[in-house]
Amino acid sequence: MRRFWRFLNRFFFYLLVVFVVVYSVFPFYWAVISSFKPSNALFSPDPSFLPVPFTLEHYENVFLRANFGRNLLNSLLVAGGATLLSLVLGVLAAYALGRLPFPPKNAVLYIVLAMTMFPQIAVLGGLFMLLRQTGLFNTHLGLILTYLLFTLPFTVWVLVGYFKGLPRELEEAAYVDGATPLQTLLKVMLPLTGPGLVTTGLLAFIAAWNEYLFALTFTVGDSVKTVPPAIASFGGATPFEIPWGSIMAASVVVTVPLVVLVLVFQQRIVAGLTAGAVKG
Amino acid sequence: MLTLRQVRLAWILVLPTLLVVALVAGYPLAQVFYWSFFKADIAFVEPPEFVGLENYLFLFQDPDFRQALWNTLTFTVVSVSLETLLGLAIALIIHSNFRGRGLVRTAILIPWAIPTVVSAKMWQWMLHDVYGVINVLGVKLGLFAHKIAFLARPELLLPSIIAVDVWKTTPFMALLLLAGLQLIPEELYEAASIDGASRWQQFWSITLPLLTPALVVALIFRTLDALRVFDVIFVMSGVNPATRTLAVYNRQTLIDFQDLGYGSAISVAILVLIFVFVVFYMRTLGREALR
Repeated sequence: MRRFWRFLNRFFFYLLVVFVVVYSVFPFYWAVISSFKPSNALFSPDPSFLPVPFTLEHYENVFLRANFGRNLLNSLLVAGGATLLSLVLGVLAAYALGRLPFPPKNAVLYIVLAMTMFPQIAVLGGLFMLLRQTGLFNTHLGLILTYLLFTLPFTVWVLVGYFKGLPRELEEAAYVDGATPLQTLLKVMLPLTGPGLVTTGLLAFIAAWNEYLFALTFTVGDSVKTVPPAIASFGGATPFEIPWGSIMAASVVVTVPLVVLVLVFQQRIVAGLTAGAVKG
Repeated sequence: MLTLRQVRLAWILVLPTLLVVALVAGYPLAQVFYWSFFKADIAFVEPPEFVGLENYLFLFQDPDFRQALWNTLTFTVVSVSLETLLGLAIALIIHSNFRGRGLVRTAILIPWAIPTVVSAKMWQWMLHDVYGVINVLGVKLGLFAHKIAFLARPELLLPSIIAVDVWKTTPFMALLLLAGLQLIPEELYEAASIDGASRWQQFWSITLPLLTPALVVALIFRTLDALRVFDVIFVMSGVNPATRTLAVYNRQTLIDFQDLGYGSAISVAILVLIFVFVVFYMRTLGREALR
């Protein structure tokens, strides 16, 4: 009897596990198979749960739309640029804040911490005017600069933690050998923060890649527009004309790189998320 | 000697970051405060006119603002509560030892990584009134008698959007709580077992109290995020008054209506709302991190 209860317990537990996995994965699975179904199978009252019949027509449509390739390139440029810039600026600031004697340290850390929680919407109007005044409206550089609002403070915050965790002796040994503080940073400390750089870089990239509000507001036309606002505005004039197959294909195209990154760097992402507790 | 040089170096290293913060946060923020006291359009077609507190007073009379505030608070309370419960359940599942837990952890990262715009579109398709898989399965399994127009019925719109948000953000909650669970020493449970405490008692007297710090942090993060929600609402229902949150209404006022003055006042209102939570957050989290 006891073995029966234990079996039942185990059974329900695994049922729960299966439910969690299906709940997490099914919507993306459904998007993937929808993207491979021809339109008549897509709009069927009895849809199949496998991509049969199979077609690549939606992917062809997406890439034949002159602008989707452009949108992808823009996303890559903007997210890459914002990530790179935050890492460079972030490493310098984090080293100073985590390692060097710096009197207003706490004040700066408080500003950085407050910024990680800053609502983008609250500066939308101000940034809109700033970009207009400086001629950066609808430019890649303009979008990259505004993205620093959320990528840079987070990068600094997490990297300060990494720098603080490094052993004091390494630095002292470098000083004894006659290295300047800058040399110590570049030659001794920086190589040791490699994992931290990968983690923060990934999280910054994902945040920038997924950003919607600024990309929607600070671009016109497709020359600078990134993928999220492009996907959001896909489609026809009436609800009946929404090209679901193409939307799903485009969605899969932007999501696959992220899913691959997540699978490869799972451990680091989880560590970074829990260290910096970045926004979801 | 070394110290003085180090301080100087520190300033040089921090300066670029401070400049960026001043440029993309400080300056626009000052602009928002300044223009909130004016009647002005964002393109300055008409010369701006100083109106004192008029924009702020209008906040209290504007039914659209009140509705947006109500929508925002409803969204926040409901979605964060559901995410916390679900996230806790998932964290407890992953934390228990079983074969394939790595797989589950990987699986829950997928919703987290998917762009919000994409997850909104995916769910829009799944919730489609005729061909959506949820309707097809729901009818087939007898869960509902006939197909439901989830995104066309105003009373179902916000619940549907909340369901999408819960799906997308529960993983984040689960991961933060899992990290908290992993900090609880195993010996406590062993000792409790020896003393004859049941699993249920262990949960209430060990797990929950020791998980509280992680729970508080996760709650604050999600609350702040939910209070400024824009993407999922705007993609799924545009500026529909039934679901329009403060952020959506704010953007509509500033960009669509070009109303810089009143739009800025709404921004300040959002800031005040969030500021209250940020202070709370700094007091619980900041102190430890700054030590």
